[in-house]
Amino acid sequence: MTSEAKSEIRHTLSVLVDNEPGVLGRVVGLFSGRGYNIESLTVSAVDEEGMLSRISIITRGTPMVVEQIKAQLARMVPVHKVVDLTSFGGHIERELALVKIVNTGVERVEALRIADTFRAHTLDSTLESFVFEITGNSEKLTAFVALMRALGKVEVARTGVSAISRGRQLDMPVATP
Amino acid sequence: MMDISKTRDMQTAPSGRGAKPMPASPKYKADTDDVSGADLVLSVLEDLGVEVIFGYPGGAVLPIYDALFERNALKHILVRHEQAAVHAAEGYARSTGRLGVVLVTSGPGATNAVTGLTDALMDSVPILCLAGQVPTHLIGNDAFQEADTVGITRPCTKHNYLVKQGDRLLSVLYEAAHVAMAGRPGPVVVDLPKDIQLERFPKPDASVRQAARKNAVRRYSPATKPDPAAITKVVDMMLAAKRPVIYAGGGVINSGIPATKHLQELVNATGFPTTLTLMGLGAVPATNPHFLGMLGMHGTYEANMAMYHCDMMLNIGARFDDRVTGKTAGFSPNSRKIHIDIDPSSINKNIRVELPIVADAGEAMAAILAELKKRKKSVQNIAPWRKQIDGWREVRCLDYDQSGEVIKPQYAIHRLWQKCQEQKKDVYVTTEVGQHQMWAAQYFSFDKPMHWMTSGGLGTMGYGLPSAMGVQIGNPNKLVVDIAGEASFMMTMQELSTIAQYKLPVKVYIINNQWMGMVRQWQELIHGGRYSESYCESLPDFVKLAECFGMKGLIAKTASELDGVIDTMLGHDGPVLVDVRVAKEENCFPMIPSGACHNEMLLGPNDKASKPVDEEGMVLV
Repeated sequence: MTSEAKSEIRHTLSVLVDNEPGVLGRVVGLFSGRGYNIESLTVSAVDEEGMLSRISIITRGTPMVVEQIKAQLARMVPVHKVVDLTSFGGHIERELALVKIVNTGVERVEALRIADTFRAHTLDSTLESFVFEITGNSEKLTAFVALMRALGKVEVARTGVSAISRGRQLDMPVATP
Repeated sequence: MMDISKTRDMQTAPSGRGAKPMPASPKYKADTDDVSGADLVLSVLEDLGVEVIFGYPGGAVLPIYDALFERNALKHILVRHEQAAVHAAEGYARSTGRLGVVLVTSGPGATNAVTGLTDALMDSVPILCLAGQVPTHLIGNDAFQEADTVGITRPCTKHNYLVKQGDRLLSVLYEAAHVAMAGRPGPVVVDLPKDIQLERFPKPDASVRQAARKNAVRRYSPATKPDPAAITKVVDMMLAAKRPVIYAGGGVINSGIPATKHLQELVNATGFPTTLTLMGLGAVPATNPHFLGMLGMHGTYEANMAMYHCDMMLNIGARFDDRVTGKTAGFSPNSRKIHIDIDPSSINKNIRVELPIVADAGEAMAAILAELKKRKKSVQNIAPWRKQIDGWREVRCLDYDQSGEVIKPQYAIHRLWQKCQEQKKDVYVTTEVGQHQMWAAQYFSFDKPMHWMTSGGLGTMGYGLPSAMGVQIGNPNKLVVDIAGEASFMMTMQELSTIAQYKLPVKVYIINNQWMGMVRQWQELIHGGRYSESYCESLPDFVKLAECFGMKGLIAKTASELDGVIDTMLGHDGPVLVDVRVAKEENCFPMIPSGACHNEMLLGPNDKASKPVDEEGMVLV
């Protein structure tokens, strides 16, 4: 095998599934049962009637394993479509984090300044805490959280990554009523 | 309308199912326009042409059993353990090509079925397993005999359903049966809470049923037609091949009789040497001159050597299982590989192939045959390749030494096959798992598809006896033999009671070496002969065991007794249990040791010392 075939690559998958009880369990069970990685997973209904959900999964594996993951997902009965955004041209990834920081004095001022630099919104404030909302790709969020950690006690809630392809191509069109 | 007279008859019948009094509940009056969920379940089965259900009752499925009581179209086979119900349904499905249907209760009924379901998943057998469940309002409350059946069976089914809304019942049932049969077949569980079974529904008319069927197909329809461009390429590769091999598997059997005909036509038209997996045996008659025998860990020398040295491999409906490939890094190093499979996830899983084709095996072969006929060119002259293969055949890897009075296990199976040939028996064979299973695959030459039922993927000891029951029920007038090992047999031998109850003339042919033979063999070859816990103490007297169930028991202790015992067994029209006492420490050869390649086979006991299993091989199963 070539080194390329052995090296693990990060892939962003979008999976369109029936919005029914247990479907997330099936997908997650497939990953754990077959030893695949999940770095991030988000899920929500995307159509008007709430019949279909879109799952965004960040996984990592050799090309052969990623091909397996896609094939295994695609053959599940409630799965309608699997799109590998990584292998189809450009795509956009976004994640949202809520970051609570508890601090006072100079560090508090610095936290607010950095939040402004990162275009984070302040959602809540007390005299010794903030809650910031920050959106961006995962690296940006991670960098922001690292800076906050240096400035106080921090609590973080992240949504995981949502992703969609660039351009006019509709990978998973939502039916018009 | 309810047939009053029939009901009265049933109430007063002296024995059997008729002995149970009819339910007094007004809910079960059939003279209204609505039906119970339980009735609906059975009416769907009838509509699907189901004739047999293998099952075991319990609290959470009583409404279905109650509804079953009033019906004559559906035959119910009462097994003695739910695992056996699934295996019996598997045997039925694999020998008839039909859907196998299982009915079990909640909790332990469902958990007991898990081994059978996993077996059916691994070997792609279409099973519809209906399980009772506690009523919807009690789900999650740790109710009596409650288990999270859909949670437990999620990884061991192709798909499963919990019917929580009654209005979903009809569509779920049609979809479940469709999913089990369509594409790569597999087991599907439908979990049915008791309140749904008792709920009243309007009687569905033909159009409602038709809509449910259509919806099932719309929701799940895997691709079966091959890409024409790929077929052109396959034929190009076939015409260019100098050392071709066809490697076919269970996918050909599952595709149906036409697919096996296409395969035989393909083999005969091209003259390509052909090997079959354990699951594919019978797809090409063993008598076909191009047939190399089974391949893999205990396959023939010529089949494995041909796989190693070929320059073009056409895989049809097989999945490069680890029992087949040996060490993947050294698997068929110089061949261009084509893989036809209906399941895309089977392709490029273990072995990377040059040309993947997602299609039904039969449709793909029909397209290949059509394309071959269009071409003016014929296949290459493969005489040198044949000559090389004939050289490997001359090793005569399946020869065994039957001298003296101790019965060799190979001889016991070989003689059984010869006797069946002599007596022109259309014989269906099931097996348990272990050495006897491999010997059966090696020495019982199959000429027809769907006559060989064995637990390949999961390797379930105890599969053969219940499976044989299902085969016999699906093929009432045929000879059905379970070639068994004594250890495997004892895992599901409670089913002798089922065999006795339904007077199934199954022949259980126990290759008795008093060891868990394959475990003992691996301990000898890999673990320094330390036979840890692989000897069976206190085996029963199998003849007496048979007799206590009212069936015939036979024993063969010497080679000269064997023929007579086989004749008696084949001549008896009821069930027979045969205890064949064989050489205790015989090993199954040839063998690809763990972690070795196809060209590193051990041919016999004297071969082992020179090629010890390396550390990498030790960890493999």
